[in-house]
Amino acid sequence: MVARTVLHDADITRALRRIAHEVLESRRGDGRLVFLGIPTRGVTLAQRIQRVVDDIEPGVSCAGALDITLYRDDLARTPTRTPAPTRIPPGGINDAIVVLVDDVLYSGRTIRAALDALVDHGRPRVVRLAVLVDRGHRELPIRADFVGKNLPSSTSERVSVHLAEVDGIDEVTIEP
Amino acid sequence: MKHLLSTRDFDREAAIRILDVAEDMAQTAHREVRKLPPLRGKTIVNLFFEDSTRTRLSFESAAKRLSADVITVSAKGSSVSKGESLKDTAQTLVAMGADAIVVRHHHSGAAHQLAHAGWIDAAIINAGDGTHEHPTQALLDAFTIRARRFGDSSRGHDLAGLRVVIVGDILHSRVARSNVWLLTTLGAEVHIVAPRTLLPHGVEHWPVRVHEHLDSALATAPDAVMMLRIQGERMRDAFFPSTREYAREWGLTTERLALLGPDTMVMHPGPMNRGLEISSAAADSERSTVLAQVTNGVSIRMAVLYLLVAGSSSVADPAGGEK
Repeated sequence: MVARTVLHDADITRALRRIAHEVLESRRGDGRLVFLGIPTRGVTLAQRIQRVVDDIEPGVSCAGALDITLYRDDLARTPTRTPAPTRIPPGGINDAIVVLVDDVLYSGRTIRAALDALVDHGRPRVVRLAVLVDRGHRELPIRADFVGKNLPSSTSERVSVHLAEVDGIDEVTIEP
Repeated sequence: MKHLLSTRDFDREAAIRILDVAEDMAQTAHREVRKLPPLRGKTIVNLFFEDSTRTRLSFESAAKRLSADVITVSAKGSSVSKGESLKDTAQTLVAMGADAIVVRHHHSGAAHQLAHAGWIDAAIINAGDGTHEHPTQALLDAFTIRARRFGDSSRGHDLAGLRVVIVGDILHSRVARSNVWLLTTLGAEVHIVAPRTLLPHGVEHWPVRVHEHLDSALATAPDAVMMLRIQGERMRDAFFPSTREYAREWGLTTERLALLGPDTMVMHPGPMNRGLEISSAAADSERSTVLAQVTNGVSIRMAVLYLLVAGSSSVADPAGGEK
């Protein structure tokens, strides 16, 4: 069976714009917004959302990257993984509104690791979660605050997010 | 890679991977919490048969920053001084649950024997064996050169096109050997300078250019000059007439320092013999990387410990950080 495209480039752009608006709407008071993407594709998504936010309200937000490799709960069960760079924007995350950004929300274990990694960098005022695709099958009590698309899937299916900056094309596919 | 024994054991890609992971480790020094969790529940043993301050402390703090439990055993004050063999000592440590053994030994090949004799199953990291190799020192030197040259864009870079001059007691230096192999693997051009008595047999087969005079080597406009320590403890013969003559002919004196380019790095693995192989003016100059080398040593050892000990298998994951 071939992969079926469930989100095209225009759908992705629209979803990210909506998320940007929702994030701004939920921002109460004068909190600084820090979008932290989880490598690899979460970093690209965080930058895109932040650019939209910056167009609407300039100067209230910045984007960075939060690598979670060293915080994974399966490190000792898998071959050694190479970490990716973490980039915390100048000003840090103390007292900021941190929005974690990832491409696919699945078991929730990546986000658990990200929350652990985050506290080693400081103490945000609040932490939110934005994902492009929520495909269900959570294994931990974690949910997203901003979702591009809910995509009910079976565990045997494979959901892939491709982004122009990384893969040369914008699309989300699902294959059996 | 299960063990780290020699810089000859890995290729360019593997070397760059270690340097890149060390970049990530170095970042954690600027965080609120400097500890990382990947070696929680693992035990690292530092087994030192030879005196060492900086290497032992460096491995100790690297392991602690990765949340491992650390046990340090020095030959003095342990059963080693009662004549216990390397095999028995190592098996005892593994029986106590050691996941990795960092070993420094006065005999060349001791680390290799621990890794391959079939006595134990732990990961072995060579922290210096006799006059053979000291791989983590070479890695931290390469890391330091790369960081000085390329700054924030270091990641992924090799050292192609850079010229490194290694000066001094090549014969007894494991630092020189490890550096020659690693720097060559990374594409650098290596020159060595030493009195003829301190050149090893077979040096003509090394991938290096040999100079007898320091001034001719410095005239090649090197990117880095690495001064080696004169190792009094390994010298049982007279290799040069006097320390004064050595300092004059092969030392990095104030006069020679003035001849170096403004970007030339002055490196030394420490501990330094000030006034012998390196003048205080050179050691304390802006071009000196001596303290950066110490700082980078912790990052490199964190990277090595992480890559060797954190995962379940010795096979590296080719997909990298795939979810």
